[in-house]
Amino acid sequence: MSKNNGHNTNLRLKTGLAEMLKGGVIMDVTDAKQAEIAARAGAVAVMALERVPAQIRAEGGVARMASPKKIREIMAVVDIPVMAKCRIGHFAEAQILEELGVDYIDESEVLTPADEAHHVDKHAFKVPFVCGARNLGEALRRIAEGAAMIRTKGEAGTGDVVHAVRHIRQIVMEMRILTVLGEEELYAKAKEHQAPYELIKMVARDGKLPVPNFSAGGIATPADAALVMQLGAEAVFVGSGIFMKNSTEFADPAEAEKRAKAIVQAATHFKDPKVLLEVSEDLIGAMKGLAVSGLDEAHLLQTRGW
Amino acid sequence: MKIGVLALQGDFDAHRRRLEELSAEVILVRKPEQLDEIDGLVIPGGESGTILKLLGDAGFAKLKDFVLSKPSFGTCAGCILLATDVENPKQAGLGALDMTVRRNAYGRQIDSSIREGKFLSDPIEMVFIRAPKIERLGLGVEVVATEGKDPVLVRSGKTMASTFHPELSDDPRIHQYFLDLVADGKKTGK
Repeated sequence: MSKNNGHNTNLRLKTGLAEMLKGGVIMDVTDAKQAEIAARAGAVAVMALERVPAQIRAEGGVARMASPKKIREIMAVVDIPVMAKCRIGHFAEAQILEELGVDYIDESEVLTPADEAHHVDKHAFKVPFVCGARNLGEALRRIAEGAAMIRTKGEAGTGDVVHAVRHIRQIVMEMRILTVLGEEELYAKAKEHQAPYELIKMVARDGKLPVPNFSAGGIATPADAALVMQLGAEAVFVGSGIFMKNSTEFADPAEAEKRAKAIVQAATHFKDPKVLLEVSEDLIGAMKGLAVSGLDEAHLLQTRGW
Repeated sequence: MKIGVLALQGDFDAHRRRLEELSAEVILVRKPEQLDEIDGLVIPGGESGTILKLLGDAGFAKLKDFVLSKPSFGTCAGCILLATDVENPKQAGLGALDMTVRRNAYGRQIDSSIREGKFLSDPIEMVFIRAPKIERLGLGVEVVATEGKDPVLVRSGKTMASTFHPELSDDPRIHQYFLDLVADGKKTGK
């Protein structure tokens, strides 16, 4: 019964932690104080960052891995898992994060990519990785490289949920199609999705990804969280939507905590409009945000990744 | 036999799948009143602090009544929730098992591991993820499985708890053991 060869053991431990996060909210935080608020509000994990995506978008410049000192401060104050981001393809940043002891690494398009052709070989690490995807092919390429969790990319830092919706719908639809195809058609699909045949076949058999499938990118309200969960996401990442008032100003901490708590409730009771109404009722507004349809192609983060 | 799986947060779906493979009728429990419909409850792995917050005071009280009177099985976070005493940090417990449990006792995710232990003297695979340790056992709490010298699955009457995740292995023996316990309880009218 036990499948105890090294590779498999490793992947099961990695996806195992993602299983524990299901139905939960992973919150972006930029300091120990925000991390404490997130934990108090019921986050299942925090993402330790130097700047949240909305700030990165507004300020520009090269966005890199957060300073280890900052991540350590955050790890010191919370007992939930702590994640951190490395740049796409920057395996040396990933090595540093693993040495630091973070619980998950997000190889993220929100940071400036370090490699124009290759992603990190995630099998080479003991720490699990999450990667963003816009469609099934991208998700399966990341899984082939060793990602133990997939999240939609959406359009980070905008507070506009439209692309998270587009990406989760795309992935779910493409998976559904595979389940009704014949064997010979699956070979053609592997080519079309530019993904390994073995993984295509696995999705065709199970109707779902072989790793947990979460949503991220523009989720800003309890209703947004409920929307992507009803569309098939198993948990949500909320980045700028909790602690930002707009692209440059932080929200009042009490207000942020209230919003965080409401989104936590929404992720659990995502199919229960009565609870969703209750938790939405006493929120004072949400992040102002940026409509993605008004952004130039060049300013999109989601097109990073290959 | 109706088995509830507490589905506020965590790997409730892995438990649901395993229990359904073993022919149990499963209800995902998100509302306190659903506890009235079930014969036994599984509290899954997840973040115990988050689950406590999602329960709220009323949910906690209702759940406490349930686990003190009906068969319950907690894994990892569920094990922490069922204990009388919790360390690192201290937090409220439902008190169905007289024991002290230390959260994140092995370290961080990098220290998670799959090991072989003994379940009723037979070898069994055990998946430990940011796992807790049982540091003190009260009178009447018996050890059902061990890993090395550590108790990792314990039982007292109709309540059981494991620090590892049988729902993440292919082996159905531990869930079957729990279903037998629920069935016994029904037969004897307890």
